[in-house]
Amino acid sequence: MSWEAAGHILHMAIRSGTPLLLGAVGEIYAQRSGVMNLGLEGIMLVGAITGFATTLATGQVWLGFIAACLAGLALALIHAFTSVSLYANQVVSGLALAMLGLGLSSLMGRAYVGQPMPYRLLPTPVPGLADLPVVGPAFFDQDPIVYLALAIALVAWFVLYRTRWGIMVRAVGDDPASADAMGVDVYAVRYACVAFGGAMSGLAGAYLSLVYTPAWFEGMTAGRGWIAFALVIFALWDPLKAILGAYLFGATEALQYFLQTSLGLSAPLLGMIPYAATILAMLVAVSETLRRRVGAPAALGKPYIREERVL
Amino acid sequence: MRLPFGLRLERRLEEEGWLKLAVPICSIVLALALASGVFAAHGLNPALVYGTVFSRLLGTHTGLAFLVIKSIPLLLCAAGLVLAFRARVWNIGAEGQLLLGSVAAAGLALFVLPDAPACLLIPLMFLAGFLAGAAWALLPAVLKAKLNVDEVITTLMMNYIAYKLVEYLIYGPWRGKATWGFPFTDIIPANAQLPLIPGTSIHWPTLLLALAAAGAMFVLLERTSLGYEVKVYGGNPDLARAVGMRPGKIILICMLISGGLAGLAGVGELAGVHKRLKYPWTISGGYGFTAIIVAWLARLNPLACVLTATFMGALLAAGSMMRASFNVPYASVSVFNGLILLCLVAGEVLLRYRVKLVFYRREEEGAGP
Repeated sequence: MSWEAAGHILHMAIRSGTPLLLGAVGEIYAQRSGVMNLGLEGIMLVGAITGFATTLATGQVWLGFIAACLAGLALALIHAFTSVSLYANQVVSGLALAMLGLGLSSLMGRAYVGQPMPYRLLPTPVPGLADLPVVGPAFFDQDPIVYLALAIALVAWFVLYRTRWGIMVRAVGDDPASADAMGVDVYAVRYACVAFGGAMSGLAGAYLSLVYTPAWFEGMTAGRGWIAFALVIFALWDPLKAILGAYLFGATEALQYFLQTSLGLSAPLLGMIPYAATILAMLVAVSETLRRRVGAPAALGKPYIREERVL
Repeated sequence: MRLPFGLRLERRLEEEGWLKLAVPICSIVLALALASGVFAAHGLNPALVYGTVFSRLLGTHTGLAFLVIKSIPLLLCAAGLVLAFRARVWNIGAEGQLLLGSVAAAGLALFVLPDAPACLLIPLMFLAGFLAGAAWALLPAVLKAKLNVDEVITTLMMNYIAYKLVEYLIYGPWRGKATWGFPFTDIIPANAQLPLIPGTSIHWPTLLLALAAAGAMFVLLERTSLGYEVKVYGGNPDLARAVGMRPGKIILICMLISGGLAGLAGVGELAGVHKRLKYPWTISGGYGFTAIIVAWLARLNPLACVLTATFMGALLAAGSMMRASFNVPYASVSVFNGLILLCLVAGEVLLRYRVKLVFYRREEEGAGP
């Protein structure tokens, strides 16, 4: 394999990893606050069609991204309401959201199937760095959303581990009763984190329909929402590790196209790679969790019921 | 910042019987109402849609048969899911397990025993389908039982792998000779096709199996020690461990049975409906996901699943009709699915809590959260 090909695969891995990274960073916040949102797949789909339709209507790619964020946020608030305010089962509520998102997106998108997207977000090379060999084209000749996702992940890490807000989020997810006793509004923190997660998934969806594909078709996320969810566990709830994980997962997708063109292997069999890799990653995550004694936030999946708190 | 009003939830001391029935019914009504809004927003007159679909579905023999056909795989999958969900084992992989049942049946009928008599071939197909479905659930089951790997993700990933496997077969080695280039297998021989109730297209062997499965799951849960263990483990895993139950065994059995039953549904779809292996989504059609709602709507009671499977079968049939009559994508039936499940899961709170709207006075507001 030549250096050029390596750079090309790396470039594709980062592109493919970007929607996963966005979804995972948002979900890390939701889960760190104690709420698991299995609805990512549905939110991404709604984000994808909202972004696509908005951009087509306004001619502004950025408006598409903003609309997708807002749509994702609105959808996630439904999950926040059922699971935070109504103490609902988070697994079932999340799955319901995934179904709702699938249905809504197919209904919203029925006029847009097969339409071309004339408005593009062009790659913006970072001056100087883009000319480096291999890493130049791979890292520094990407579209703005790739840089944005990276920046969001870095800021998310900083906020989570180095600021008061981050301490609040982690406290709410690990020991909501104590956080409450310290004067933290558990419900507000959880709502905010779930909403942020929804906005990020919406953005990820719009990236798929506006930049990565770019087109709209039913079920176009192809399981990336679930993979982003798995990535959260793989990254051990740490946004920095999620960056590495997302690009690694993206590489499995890139590898699939590379193997198909270079070796002529069957496309459906190669298409299994990202999903099989996800199962493998879950295994790695479990052994890592056992070895390093870090695990899921202690209150993950458990509704916080104020009247029943033990003082 | 605090709103001047909010919801206060007070724990109920005992569950009220009428609410157990009222919550599912209200969920359905509310979901239909919300879906009307969604349809209206997309330029479809909900009254016209519901009216047309309702009259065609319940007013004609073919409509009713269509409803039953859609209910059969739902009931089979849901019966197994009830068992798994009772143990708090989240098998979301019924979709893939169903597809593997179809693959096993197609392989047996097309390549292994194409000349066997129906009385031998059909039972063998169901057996193979059960085993294939269970086998597809085996990896997530073992990972969950031995290493506590989250089964939601692994079963979902197995779904996608199953889609790709079927695609590989129909585009590759199993592609038929008489399909004019379409990605199908050949039609299975007549002796492998399931018998139908005369005058309808209902494949009755699968229907009987589905009803039997619901009954069997009820007996298993209510009359056997394994069922008792499942319920104790699902209610309180720590307690189950403390009294010496083996969670690994419970997880494995629940996953394998639910996978196997989904596999049976796949055999029915292949040998009773499509008669050939086709594009994966055409075969599985979201039954595995819709069965989650069937199970939840039945409040995880296997016998009640008969009723809820019929209802959700009607909804899926309605979805197919809407696609034909109103040019609405089939996946939009998921709008109903999602809304019903959301209302249902939100309604659970009413069973356990009294919900009151309260208005905070000024001084209370100042006291903070």
